[in-house]
Amino acid sequence: MLTKTLLSLGNSGINFITGAGRAGMLLLGALKPSGRGVKFFPLLVKQLYVVGVQSLVIIVIAGLFIGMVLSLQGYSLLVGFGAEQSLGQMVALSLLRELGPVVSALLFAGRAGSALTAEIGLMKATEQLSSLEMMAIDPMHQIIAPRFWAGLISLPLLSAIFSAFGILGGHLVGVDWLGVDTGAFWAIMQASVDWNQDIATGLLKSMVFAVVITWIALHKGYDAVPTSEGISKATTSTVVTASLAVLGLDFILTALMFS
Amino acid sequence: MISKKIQLMVGAFLLIGIAAILMLAIKVADSRMGGGGDVYVLSAKFDNVGGLKVRSAVKVGGVVVGRVSAISLDDDFSPLVVMKIESKFNQFSDSSSVAILTSGLLGEQFIGLTPGFIDEDSEILTSGGMIEDTRSAMVLEDLIGQFLYGGNDD
Amino acid sequence: MNLSDNIIEISDLSFKREDRIIYNDINLKVPRGKVTAIMGPSGIGKTTLLRLIGGQLLPNSGKILFNDENIVTASRKSLFKMRRKMGMLFQSGALFTEMSVFDNVAFPIREHTKLPESIINKVVLMKLEAVGLRGAAQLFPAELSGGMARRAALARSIALDPELIMYDEPFAGQDPISMAVIVRLIRELNDALGLTSIVVSHDVEEVLSIADYVYIIANQTVIAQGTPQQLRQEKSEQVIQFMEGRPDGPVPFHFPHQDYKKEMCNNVD
Repeated sequence: MLTKTLLSLGNSGINFITGAGRAGMLLLGALKPSGRGVKFFPLLVKQLYVVGVQSLVIIVIAGLFIGMVLSLQGYSLLVGFGAEQSLGQMVALSLLRELGPVVSALLFAGRAGSALTAEIGLMKATEQLSSLEMMAIDPMHQIIAPRFWAGLISLPLLSAIFSAFGILGGHLVGVDWLGVDTGAFWAIMQASVDWNQDIATGLLKSMVFAVVITWIALHKGYDAVPTSEGISKATTSTVVTASLAVLGLDFILTALMFS
Repeated sequence: MISKKIQLMVGAFLLIGIAAILMLAIKVADSRMGGGGDVYVLSAKFDNVGGLKVRSAVKVGGVVVGRVSAISLDDDFSPLVVMKIESKFNQFSDSSSVAILTSGLLGEQFIGLTPGFIDEDSEILTSGGMIEDTRSAMVLEDLIGQFLYGGNDD
Repeated sequence: MNLSDNIIEISDLSFKREDRIIYNDINLKVPRGKVTAIMGPSGIGKTTLLRLIGGQLLPNSGKILFNDENIVTASRKSLFKMRRKMGMLFQSGALFTEMSVFDNVAFPIREHTKLPESIINKVVLMKLEAVGLRGAAQLFPAELSGGMARRAALARSIALDPELIMYDEPFAGQDPISMAVIVRLIRELNDALGLTSIVVSHDVEEVLSIADYVYIIANQTVIAQGTPQQLRQEKSEQVIQFMEGRPDGPVPFHFPHQDYKKEMCNNVD
């Protein structure tokens, strides 16, 4: 019994370490300059479309609604102190520091991360990756790197868009519907939001999330068992792992940045 | 080969993203990025700084002219506040006074600077200068205490 | 250039996948300019052999020479250089799904040469003409039938005029017409372009009709080799079983097992 437990423990340990090693190699491969220059650019644009543009709608809608809800909830809380003028501050700070980076990262993991895993898993299953290798083209440069950089560029932008639309949504509900003074809404927000401490840290967070999500998604796809079952498992696993990683990292980053 | 439509959409996406960051920077944070232009340093000693924090505003007649850059304790255990004032507001005389004020009853605290008169006795404050005339933060508990006990006890 | 007569020489090659031995000291030669077939029952790792030749897998021991250069010990750079002289036709075709047939064929040319688009256009149309798919240039892989996809992939693998082309199960799952088309293509391309072809398959008749030399692999090693005529004369039980498709023989019908009676009794507790 004991040996069995030890055995399975050792096994999962070895699996974890080899998995981490393979993931590390993947990241290195993606980051290694390929010397392809001009040929890389169209690939990147294509992936920016898939990863960024196609996530835009869900980000905008989610941002608007979260901002509106924040405004509603915040108003009913703040009005008790007669401090409803600070609504703008509350909405902006919660969006910029937390909700913007985290919620857009979670949506990104669900929308773009799962799609990346499925796509690469499918490429593996249909031997497209092998066939690239046999054409003397490194799939790291052709497939992995453009997707990685596209994710890295897209998520911070998406997160900024999310926050911007969230604040607009908050304004819509707070000012146009609940009647908070628009001057106070913006002025108190402007007085309390700081570029370095609130916006830049939020963007930094989403860059970290971007690296982690894209990395997990690419790794899961690249390491997927090339069957339909394997791909569907890998896709689920991407969403779960990436979401948990985002939430865990968010705590660590927040503790580091705001303590 | 990628189609024109994709290129266009990606361009638009990047533009929207950058526009969002700019909107956050200008409309939401109202910051002159990277700390803004030239500043000079003034300091002042208070008895009590209350809820004043680093980066709190320094205002003259409600207009922000600078921000608190450091709060520390002096040798004689009185709080020393260092402020960075924008260089274009460099005409404060050494008879100017500062007070820690609160915006609204529960709002955040800031430093209100009242410029002194300029005459032959006074000098213009330069970087590193000290403002002597200070009024400390109003602490709500003390205020309530004064109100309850008629202000007799200190 | 004084290249040997064999484009590929495999000597004493052993390959294990986890604990399972796939190949045990296998020796194999592929003569230049000929169609060499590698046959054997399913699951003995014929595709693995092609991946070993392509350098996608590394053997546990042994040498694989391609044009007298050892693939096993080659650096990544020289391996990539060697791969440019190889083409491989995968079982599924492995066309890039997001590109048209034209772009699929143009892809390796665009990647590896700096030819102007007007020349690429001509080269691609020539290759597509060779496989009879010039009319399908603007279609996407999803719009092709299995046989057409395989021919398009074939056009792609000859795009850079390789010296060696490897076919992984080219006949699997094809209707008789596209099977005949592919059989003819393999032979014609081989002779017209001066290629060397390796065909991995278990379709005995098709293979024997085009191959110049045949290896039969089973039990982790080569059990028979020779020209199609020689193989038809082969007396070995194992070869006859494979060539004629008999259900039982030296390759047993039953998966390795313990005694039937004993196992049944054990389970009755």
